[in-house]
Amino acid sequence: MLWNNQRIIQDLVEKGRVILKVIISVAVLGIMAVAFFAGQRPTAYYPVPLLKSSCPPGFKLNENNECIAKNLYSQYATTNKAGVGGLKSALPEIRDGFSPQEIDLGRYLFFDPALSADQTVSCATCHDPDKGLGDGLATSQGKDGQKLKRAAPSLYNVGYLKKLFWDGRASSLEEQMLEPLFSKDEMGNTPENLLNTINEIENYRKLFAEAYPKRERDQPIALNEITKAIAAFQSSLVSLNSKYDQYAHGYDEALNKKEIEGLNIFRSFVARCAECHTPPLFTNQQFAVIGTPEPDGLPLDPGAEIPFNDESLRGAFKVPSLRNIAQTAPYMHSGRFKTLRETVQFYTDGRGHAVPEGENLLIHWHIWEPNLTDYELDRLVDFLKTLTDESFKPKIPEVLPSGLKIST
Amino acid sequence: MKKKSPFIKIITSILLIGIGIFIGKSFFGQKNVETVPIPSTIKYRNAGLTNDTTQVASAQEFTGKIIEVKKGSSIQNAVKEANPGDLIRVYPGTYSENVYIDKDNISLQGVVINGEWPTLDGKKEINDAFLYSGNGILIENFKIINYKGNGIMGQAGNNFIIRNNWIIDTGVYGIFPQYGKNGLVEHNVLSKIADAAIYIGMCHNVDVLQNEVFDNVAGIEIENSRHCLVENNYAHNNTGGLLAFVTPGLPIKTTFDVILRNNFVVNNNHENFGAPGSTVSGIPPGTGILIMAADDVIVENNIITGNNNTGITIVDLATGDPKANDPNSEGNPDRVVILDNIMFDNGNAPTGELKAVMLTQMETKGPDIFAYGGGTGSTIRDKNKYRTFGLDNYGMAQITDTQDIPTMMTPTPVPPRSVSTEELGELTYYGVCAGCHAFGTRLIGPPTEILQAIHQNNPQGIVDYITAPKNLREDYPEMPPQDYLSEEAKMAVAEYILALKH
Repeated sequence: MLWNNQRIIQDLVEKGRVILKVIISVAVLGIMAVAFFAGQRPTAYYPVPLLKSSCPPGFKLNENNECIAKNLYSQYATTNKAGVGGLKSALPEIRDGFSPQEIDLGRYLFFDPALSADQTVSCATCHDPDKGLGDGLATSQGKDGQKLKRAAPSLYNVGYLKKLFWDGRASSLEEQMLEPLFSKDEMGNTPENLLNTINEIENYRKLFAEAYPKRERDQPIALNEITKAIAAFQSSLVSLNSKYDQYAHGYDEALNKKEIEGLNIFRSFVARCAECHTPPLFTNQQFAVIGTPEPDGLPLDPGAEIPFNDESLRGAFKVPSLRNIAQTAPYMHSGRFKTLRETVQFYTDGRGHAVPEGENLLIHWHIWEPNLTDYELDRLVDFLKTLTDESFKPKIPEVLPSGLKIST
Repeated sequence: MKKKSPFIKIITSILLIGIGIFIGKSFFGQKNVETVPIPSTIKYRNAGLTNDTTQVASAQEFTGKIIEVKKGSSIQNAVKEANPGDLIRVYPGTYSENVYIDKDNISLQGVVINGEWPTLDGKKEINDAFLYSGNGILIENFKIINYKGNGIMGQAGNNFIIRNNWIIDTGVYGIFPQYGKNGLVEHNVLSKIADAAIYIGMCHNVDVLQNEVFDNVAGIEIENSRHCLVENNYAHNNTGGLLAFVTPGLPIKTTFDVILRNNFVVNNNHENFGAPGSTVSGIPPGTGILIMAADDVIVENNIITGNNNTGITIVDLATGDPKANDPNSEGNPDRVVILDNIMFDNGNAPTGELKAVMLTQMETKGPDIFAYGGGTGSTIRDKNKYRTFGLDNYGMAQITDTQDIPTMMTPTPVPPRSVSTEELGELTYYGVCAGCHAFGTRLIGPPTEILQAIHQNNPQGIVDYITAPKNLREDYPEMPPQDYLSEEAKMAVAEYILALKH
């Protein structure tokens, strides 16, 4: 049997070699032809592979060339649109249906510092696949190392979210990304400059033509095409195969005794974590005023009060998902807590204990005094670590269409 | 002294041992009692039948095994051992544990013998007595005391029955199903709960019948839930008796279609001992029924007496519950319907804002019915019968009773979503395997066509391999075992992989 298998593999490898030879010869001819006919091009040409025609993991290609999300949570009945519940509950609706080419083009754009004014900052600078799609900083750094006000959230499962930014001021990824792209402090670009830059890069003209085949051949690349491609890539970043998920789908041994104790503390009504960090996404996508302290010397961040122009939301932030939380320290909107242990400690130190004097915040009713023991806090941390899954971590491109070096 | 013969010694000792065993058995041994082994399940009277028949159309049947738990052993161990369809019978004794049920169709039945209950005692150290997330969970005949969080809490889980439990001081909630559809909470007795004794949270289609709730902050609370019937309950000496309301800031935003019918709502004057910041901590003592921001609530045939603040309070969110705003929560109670109720002796000692409002009317007593704030379309059947405040725009009720609604539960059980084998294979392939395997390209593991070539016509081969991979090939990293997948999912994905075309 084993011998047979090896035969088959050898056969396949043999066939592969032949095909490879053919491909290489055709490619060489092709490149020679390009070199011969190309003549003068306005910008340097860097060989970038063609866009992928298959979907990223977690998605299935349908007959309309759309990638449709598929995961083990799709086997559960949808009992509410919010996609909240218990272990075997359906997820909220995801943004899917993008083409594989669009998603792959978005990947190149995501990692390309050509999108920033000084060509040094890319989306991946603050959303680094090697840092849980965050940046590992308390608050992010923008252009020229500028210290920004809030922490970069992980982008895992962002395609499921209905509101974006800590204060929920954007309601689509396309809308959201305009801010970092064109904020003076972050990527510092302008729409005109971005479009000029991208349109001047021949690779991008080709890749956009490939990703959006219906567009006119010489039509310049438009801003909404850029943002849609990036949104397509971001929506493909899923993490739903953690040890916790294995347990949720029915494999009891996925979690050890301490981790199960942690899960039970997490969902008990004493600690109440699961009331806002509701499975399966580990966020109920609502706002909550929990009154965490800012880093020393910084004033209280008014949070959602500003975009919603509503005093009752002073200090309110969107409940963040906890998936891959162990990979994305430090914690809270301004990174005040360095470790998960410090973070869970906050919740048992008393309702409003860190609210600055003179502030009258409408602290969320689930923030109370659960009097968790040290043992229980340790178990909570054990459980939070079971939410790690980076099996579908995106690949960083080896070459960028702009020819710039990858900056993360 | 004459020595006893060894023979007599042996006889004596055997006799003594025999007497010992007899005495032991009769004093300490468990009596051999016959009990009804099978709990009755939800009866679906209405499936395919009209509402006016009592014929049972369908009922769940017990097909599994019966697992017995006796004093000194653990209920959780029985749950671990149980498979869907099994019944766990728990005998009298004290069980200090947190029981969690992450499986479907498990029934837990306490066996009460000679007045002795199987008792879950949290000793004020353990958080929750029962936590469940599965569908079709039944929990009955337990005494639950001294927990910190909840007596019984469900997170998701449809078709639940929580019945005949006696729950005292279990922390925040007594019985708290959350995110469930179709459930029955009946014949429970609950007291000394610091929030709601029975709290139906973000649920659909739940009947709460014949419970006694007393000495709690809130008796029975229907919050952000739809299609609920609260009937024949006895709510006394709570801070607030029956509540139907909307809490803003939750992912499910509305409460509507609630009937409060045939309840005794009496002397709910307990001082409020709710935790600071909780919604119920704002309920004034002496509140019989509170309707806050909930729509289409019908109050019918209740006996509402001796509640010192008001009999029925109907308010909007802005008045009743100052919290961070939620633009997606509509805060007005609309289309409340008050039918015939017996109300007297309410409002003897109004407190707080109500007292101030009543003083502007030169009144020192609170009314039977008090409405304040926004809301439209509410009606009342016989306004003149009661002492009311704020009901000027209430019209005449369009209905006289709700007889035609015997239950809010669904006519048939909420079915689980069933996925075909092929679909399960597809979900598993794209949801799990696709991280390392793809057609026509090497990701981390070998391309899918190579897997097909190796395991041609042999799905079991794939099942065996993914359960316990043996690294056959030096040029690939070892595959982690996928033994966490169910047997069903493993075979489904194996077949799916072999059938994949591109």
